[in-house]
Amino acid sequence: MKRSWNWRIWAGFLLVVAGLVSFVPVFAQFPATRDFPWVNLLLFAAGLALLGLGLAKAYRHPERYRGRVIGPILSVLSLAGVAFFCFGIFYVARQLPASAAAPQVGQKAPDFTLPDGDGKPVALADLLAPSTSAAKPGGVLLIFYRGHW
Amino acid sequence: MRSFQKRLSDFDARGVRVVAISNDPVDVNRDHRQQMGFSFPILSDKKGEAARRYDVLHAAGGPAGEDIARPAEFLVDSAGTVRWVNLTKSAVVRATPEDVLRAIDHGRDAARK
Repeated sequence: MKRSWNWRIWAGFLLVVAGLVSFVPVFAQFPATRDFPWVNLLLFAAGLALLGLGLAKAYRHPERYRGRVIGPILSVLSLAGVAFFCFGIFYVARQLPASAAAPQVGQKAPDFTLPDGDGKPVALADLLAPSTSAAKPGGVLLIFYRGHW
Repeated sequence: MRSFQKRLSDFDARGVRVVAISNDPVDVNRDHRQQMGFSFPILSDKKGEAARRYDVLHAAGGPAGEDIARPAEFLVDSAGTVRWVNLTKSAVVRATPEDVLRAIDHGRDAARK
């Protein structure tokens, strides 16, 4: 009897790969799926479940299902990928300086003068210059970010 | 920062200017702004002077081991006083424009009382 193709193993592996490659270009773009990467974790969970199912079939009914060689290989790759993702998101991304001396609420914001995108120097004092209406709170939001890689 | 661009009119309505700062050179910031359609300025803190003054310098935190700024947001009022700070614990978790708008409105309500 011809053994049938064990699609679960491949589908599971593809789901895990999709979870790995989709974070940066897709789900990291939206705070709701970035701050806690639940979509990617769901993809991983579904992928690993399918892989497990496929492996179970391959080993319990080797006469009917293929996948006793490729199943473990793809499973190990998938687990390594998931571990890498979790390490990056839940460990590496949290290795930030404590910033204990950062200005606190109520303190004076340190001044600076830096060039903008046209090379024109901009000082904090320029940014704080009175806005159009006194009824508005006014002020500046400074967003420090890691740069455009 | 894309989300801040989308809500920029809400910041304008409150008279609050949005300014981004990174260690990228001026030309990278110019291209980045054009490419992303950002209408707020991006300042080039090449030597990390501002990042040091705000203690948000992440030494050797860049992809090639260069000094970069950790993600952080500071709301400064028109008198130059810090009114709200967000120092995230994770580089993938940042403040949303809604967080900041709430802080601005909360501060204004408190000032009226």
